[in-house]
Amino acid sequence: MFKKLLIGLVALGVVGCLGFAGLAWRPAIAPIAPPSPESFSPELVAKGERLAKAGYCAECHTTNGGQPFVGGRAMATPFGVIYSTNITPDPETGIGAWSEAAFARAMHEGVGRDGSHLFPAFPYNDFTRVSAEDVKSIYAFLMTRPAVKAAPSATTIPFPLNIRALQEGWKILFFRPGGFQPVPGKSEEWNRGAYLAVGLSHCGACHTPRNVLGAEKTDEPYGGAVVDNWIAPALTAANPSPVPWSQKELFRYLRSGVTIFHGIAAGPMSPVVHGLSSLPDSDIQAIAAYFADIDHAAERSPTADPAVARAMSYTRLVSARDLDPGARLYAVACASCHYNSGPVPLADRPDLALHSPLHLPDPTNLLQVVLRGVSADEGIPGVVMPGFSGLSDADVAHIAAYLRRTRTSLPPWPDLDAKIATIRRSISASQ
Amino acid sequence: MINFHVNGRPVFVDVEHETPLLWVIRDVIGLTGTKFGCGIGMCGACTVHVGGRPTRSCITPVRNVSGAQVTTIEGLDPEGRHPLQKAWIDLQVPQCGYCQSGQIMQAASLLKDFPNPTDQDIDGVMTGNLCRCMTYIRIRKAIKQAAAELGKGASND
Repeated sequence: MFKKLLIGLVALGVVGCLGFAGLAWRPAIAPIAPPSPESFSPELVAKGERLAKAGYCAECHTTNGGQPFVGGRAMATPFGVIYSTNITPDPETGIGAWSEAAFARAMHEGVGRDGSHLFPAFPYNDFTRVSAEDVKSIYAFLMTRPAVKAAPSATTIPFPLNIRALQEGWKILFFRPGGFQPVPGKSEEWNRGAYLAVGLSHCGACHTPRNVLGAEKTDEPYGGAVVDNWIAPALTAANPSPVPWSQKELFRYLRSGVTIFHGIAAGPMSPVVHGLSSLPDSDIQAIAAYFADIDHAAERSPTADPAVARAMSYTRLVSARDLDPGARLYAVACASCHYNSGPVPLADRPDLALHSPLHLPDPTNLLQVVLRGVSADEGIPGVVMPGFSGLSDADVAHIAAYLRRTRTSLPPWPDLDAKIATIRRSISASQ
Repeated sequence: MINFHVNGRPVFVDVEHETPLLWVIRDVIGLTGTKFGCGIGMCGACTVHVGGRPTRSCITPVRNVSGAQVTTIEGLDPEGRHPLQKAWIDLQVPQCGYCQSGQIMQAASLLKDFPNPTDQDIDGVMTGNLCRCMTYIRIRKAIKQAAAELGKGASND
C-alpha cells in the first residue's frame, strides 16, 4: 500500500518535471551572419539611438570606464551577482548572430537566441511593452555599433537558482508579456508618457517595490524601493516631498535635472536625465503628465504653498553658537551653500528643508550625497558639491540628526551610525 | 586625463582622479593664491568657484570637475579690482592674509545671491570661512561696502 503510494508520487513528480520542462523549453532561433551596417537606414539607426538612450541600455551594459555595450557590469542582487552581457554585434561574444526576431523575443519575452531564459535583472517585464517598431529601430542601432570581442563574466547565482529553465516558474508567477495598452479616457499625452515610463524607460524597475523573489509588486506601482543603496522614492501621492510634484516640476526635473522645489537629479537619477535628453520636449512633458496624474498633484503654484514658506523659515536657521554639535557643524560645513533667507527657493542654494532626502523614513539618500558629493555632470551642469567623507561617522550623524530635527517634524532616524558605515562601505566598493 | 577650464583657460591634467582640486590648482597648474587650511572642508581657505558657485577645493576630487569652469582668486577680476578686492584694500581687511582668498571668493558669491546682505545673511554664508586673526569685523564691513558699490553700479545702468 505504502509502496504503491510512493510509486504514484514519484510518477507524479516525474510527470510534473517533464511537464514543467516542456513549458520552459523555447526553441533556439538560428544564428545569422551579422547584418551589414549599410542594410539599416540612417533614419532607423538614429531613431534607435534616441530610444536606446531613453532606455539607458548603455548604463547596464557598460562597465565603469569600459566600452559602451560590451557588458560586464556587476549587479548585486539578493540571489548573487549578475553581470550584464555584451550586446555589441560580435557574433561570438555579443549579439552579432542574433536575427531581429531573436532580439525582439529577448526584449518582449526574456528569452535568448539559444532558447535560454534571461534573468529578470534584464527588465524584459518592462521592455515587453515596447512596440515592435521601436524594438526594430533599437536593433538597427545596436547592430551598427562597433563589434567588440569580450565574453561576459559568469554570474555567481548559486545552484539551483541559476538553472535557467527555472526562470519559467518565475515567469508563470510574475510575467505578463504583451504590448502597451493605451488607457481609454486618458489623454494622448498621458498615454505617450505611460508608454515610455512603463516600457522603454522602465521607471518601475527602480521605483516599484519588489517581492522576495525579485518581481515588481504590481499592486504597489511606483510605491518606492531601495536600489543599490539608494532610495527610489514613491512616485505616488505617498511621495514625502513637502511640495507635490506638479507636471511643471517633473518636466524641469526630467529635462534638466534641476528644480527649484525638489532639488537635483543626483546618483542613479543622473543617468536617467542624461538618457532622456535624447527625447523631445513633448515626450518629457508626456512622462511628466503621466506622473503628475499618478501622484495626484493638483495644478497649484508651489510658491503659494504653505510648505514652501515653512521650509524657507527653516533654511535661514544657522547658528554657530548653538550648543548642538550638529548645528555648529552645519553652520561651518554646509550653510555656506545651503543657507537662504530669500522669499523664494534658489536652485543654486539647494533647500534641504524642501527636498525629499530629509523626509524619507531612511537617511540613505541624504548620507549618499553628504559622503559622495555631486559631480559636475550630475544635477546643475558644471556645478559640484564636494563630498564630506573626511568627517567622522559621528559628525555626519550629528549633521543628519540636526537637519532631520530642525527642518522636519518627523521622528528622528534610528541607527544613523550603522547606516553611515554601510553607505561608506558601498561607496568604497563602487570606486 | 581630466579636462576643465581654470580662469577661462582650458587645462588638461594627468593626475589620479581622486586628487583634490586644490592640489591640482596649486601644484600642477601653479596658482598658489588658493590655500590649504584643514583638508576636510571645514575652514574655507581653499574656496574657489566651480560653475560660478563657491566650492571647497580641498575635498573636491578633480574628476568631479571634468568639463567645468573653475575660477580662483587670481581670476576673480582680470585686474584684481573686483569691488570686494577694492573694499578689502580700502579697509585694510587682512592681517596675516592666509584665509583672505577664500573669504573673498565666498563673499563674491554671497553678493551674487544676496546683493543687499543682512548681518544674518553674512553669518549664514560666511561662517564656514574661518579667520584665526579675527578680522571678521573688517570682513563684514568690506562686504557691505562692496555691496553698496555694486548696488550703485546697478542703479547707474
